[in-house]
Amino acid sequence: MNPMMRENPADLLPELLTLFGAVLGLLTGMFVPRRRQWIAALVCAAGVLAGLVAAAFAVSGPRVMTFDAFMLDPVTHVTRLTVLGSTLLVLALGFAPMRGHRRETEFHVLTVFTALGTIALGAASDLLVLVAAYLLASIPAYALAGFGKDGKGAESALKYYLMGALLGLFMLTGVTLLYGLGRGTSYETLALGLPSGPAVTVGVILLVAGLLFKAGAVPAHFWVPDVTEGAPPVVATLVTTVPKIGAFAALFRLGAEVMPHSWALTIALIAAATMTLGNLAAFGQDNVRRLLAYSTISQAGYLLVPVAVAGRTDLAEPALLYYVAAYALTNLGAFAVVVAVGRDRIGDYRGLARRSPLLALSLVICLLGLIGTPPTAVFVGKVLMLGAAVEGHYTWLAVVAAVNTVASVFYYLRWIVPAYGRAEHEPPTVSRPAALVAYTATALTLVLGIGSGIALSLN
Amino acid sequence: MTVLSLVIFLPLAAALALYLLRLGDRASVWTWIVASAADLAIVVALWARYDGPGIGYETNARWIPSVRAGYHLGVDGLSLPLLALTTLLFLCCAVYSLRQARRARTFAALFLFLETVSLGLFAALDLLLFFVFFDLSIVAMYFVIAGWGHGDRLRSALRFFLYTFFGSLVLLLGFIGLYLGSSPKTFDMVELTRNPPLADSPGLAGLVLLAIVVGLAVKTPTVPFHTWLPPAHTDAPAAGSAILAGVLLKMGTYGFVRIAMPMLPEAWRTYAWVIVIVGVVSVVYGALVALAQRDLKRLIAYTSVNHMGYIVLAVGAAGLAGDEAARRLAVTGAVTQMVSHGLLTGALFLLCGVLYERTASYDMDEYGGVARVAPVFAGLLAVASFGSLGLPGLSGFIAEFQIFTGVIGAGTTGAAIAGGIAVLGVLITAALFLRLLQRVLLGTPGTLTARVTDVGAAERAAIVPLLALALVIGVAPRFLLDLVEPVSSAVIALVGR
Repeated sequence: MNPMMRENPADLLPELLTLFGAVLGLLTGMFVPRRRQWIAALVCAAGVLAGLVAAAFAVSGPRVMTFDAFMLDPVTHVTRLTVLGSTLLVLALGFAPMRGHRRETEFHVLTVFTALGTIALGAASDLLVLVAAYLLASIPAYALAGFGKDGKGAESALKYYLMGALLGLFMLTGVTLLYGLGRGTSYETLALGLPSGPAVTVGVILLVAGLLFKAGAVPAHFWVPDVTEGAPPVVATLVTTVPKIGAFAALFRLGAEVMPHSWALTIALIAAATMTLGNLAAFGQDNVRRLLAYSTISQAGYLLVPVAVAGRTDLAEPALLYYVAAYALTNLGAFAVVVAVGRDRIGDYRGLARRSPLLALSLVICLLGLIGTPPTAVFVGKVLMLGAAVEGHYTWLAVVAAVNTVASVFYYLRWIVPAYGRAEHEPPTVSRPAALVAYTATALTLVLGIGSGIALSLN
Repeated sequence: MTVLSLVIFLPLAAALALYLLRLGDRASVWTWIVASAADLAIVVALWARYDGPGIGYETNARWIPSVRAGYHLGVDGLSLPLLALTTLLFLCCAVYSLRQARRARTFAALFLFLETVSLGLFAALDLLLFFVFFDLSIVAMYFVIAGWGHGDRLRSALRFFLYTFFGSLVLLLGFIGLYLGSSPKTFDMVELTRNPPLADSPGLAGLVLLAIVVGLAVKTPTVPFHTWLPPAHTDAPAAGSAILAGVLLKMGTYGFVRIAMPMLPEAWRTYAWVIVIVGVVSVVYGALVALAQRDLKRLIAYTSVNHMGYIVLAVGAAGLAGDEAARRLAVTGAVTQMVSHGLLTGALFLLCGVLYERTASYDMDEYGGVARVAPVFAGLLAVASFGSLGLPGLSGFIAEFQIFTGVIGAGTTGAAIAGGIAVLGVLITAALFLRLLQRVLLGTPGTLTARVTDVGAAERAAIVPLLALALVIGVAPRFLLDLVEPVSSAVIALVGR
């Protein structure tokens, strides 16, 4: 099981390319006039694209630990691909709305930095790197949340920041405790040297608190609805999609490599609470962004299921990786529809099918995808997740997840039905570029679902 | 591309063509008719060239190899009749929908999609593939009810979705149980049938069976999971009701025979009496509630609960100890009943639609003396009703006779009592159908009778073939039974392991 160790910068090529693109984009943005800031956006996107290509080539590489802290294994590969792919879609989604904005370059650069931090979060196998990654993933996102400089945006940014700062502090405390108890910060050392006892449990809970914040899971979920509603829609798309990927990868890595003891039950309880709470809160929402926000919370609950059974069954890893990628794509697709329509009330979607049948179809496929209807990608993820739960002897959790899935049908349908209804007013006009992103994401969820065999055989 | 894949995906391709070629409403329905007719022709050819027993026209491609789920298709004597029924019913609904005025293109596309899903389900030989089609059928039917229904359609559609989706997820848990219990782990139905999973842990096998039975029972539906059915049927458009009753309900009973019985034989035998009781209760309860209805469509919906009850009773009795030949007969009867119910209830729902289109009411008390103003309609309704109550000469009799003979002849006291009570169901059904005919067709004209006109050409062309086939099966059932009987023996042998 011991991976190879080496210190070769080429192993970090995807990250370096992305970083290079972002820095170059920032510099470009400083020197070109405002009406040509799109060049900087393209440079950022090119960096992400180059990183994505490099990440795709790295998939076939051996299991390697680089710089004593950065793991190259399937978890990292999927994190890289999903994060960079989602970021590229977010950049595409933000391109048109941000055109001509006073801080156009900043949006794109901050988005890429969030993505970089997220990848580091998923790949870290050392607690100190984990903390650094947490900060790198969080701080640009705080700034983005308040990007609109309006009342709601400021409120959401402040809430996001305060909560992140508090839980980040918890996380640091937890790291300190575990460092003291396990005499090291690398996962390998901790796995061997960590005694079992109440102090360790406290340390683990504090550490996990920060990651649950990034994942948007109960009890650290309070920021999700406010940021999703208050921040600009593109930013909402970013913060409910990208950071979660890294957070779940990090949680899974901790569960699989470091903590074998009381971990499973704790996470299972958090998972059950998260999915149930998210679903119940989504019922009454009239604002689609809030509805999606609570839906992402419930999805976080499902994603915690494979984390809970990490190391107990072989299905846990493919379940998590597949679900996380499927979730990212589907959630992005749903948010892209919101961006394309540009309205937030459920009633505003009345008559969407007549205005743009393809966009309405994308909405239906994405929402049914979030429910887990075949043949979308989340369906395969859900099957694997339920299988992992049952095989990991957490059948009750599988049942809770199934019941929650049925309950979630209700609020997703509440949104689908008006889209096919008759419009009372003029149906909303649709932004073409955002609609294209929605089509792309939707098509990808279907491709990933039907071609799941190919995707799964890669890792 | 194999011939079965062609059968399955031809309707879907037609649905896409509707949009790609931007066909108008009328052209769309005609495309639907042509596609369904072509599909029916292929299925009939497959039937004619099928040399059973065993699986014919098999395809097995890799799909998700890491969990050993494959794109595995094939047909045998159990799935062929249901495939034929599906294609025929969809064709008849297409012809019937020639009168569909509102958003006919989307309507046709949804039905074509639903046809693909239904055919795929009956041809699937992989649990995951089966589940994919099982789940999609719910989505498609939801949109049919919500988009083209009447009355409180959104509420009924939602209830339909929630109930059956719950069932499908429980079913999925059961399938995962089967997968994890098998060694080597697989979703392949043929392998799972060959080496039944969980053979040495009866407790777990019981739980997995519970999940699968509950999942299928919601879809079938049996008492106490039937409450979604009456509103869904009442508020669905006529073609939707016909497909829902004729094809979608069969997915549940088909699952019993295809999955539950052969894959968990020991657990099935242990709990067969529970299935028998559920079947008997469904038979009697469905019939009694139907008797109390004023709403014509609701009445027919409840007779579906009754008719499905016979099937559940039969498959339950097949797991009891007792005479093997009799139990074989029960299974054959169950499969025949699936086909027969599809034909007759499909026709009945289309006939309901004929009335509703003219008067927008299902209230039987507002009709009366319809036979005088619409003689052809009256004749068709009478044939369908008599078939449904089990009159000899029509398919319902062949099915129910075999079920009762099989259940009572199995030789155990419990089975005989169950069979005896179930015969009571036939009596009640006879009473309620005769009352139906009396209230709608005979007597003094009601308030709405004047508005009823006789069936048009398209309606006639849609309904007559269904009843004609019911008559053919009633008079000369050999062609069907020859196909089904080898499957019944195989199933009984598999359950007996």
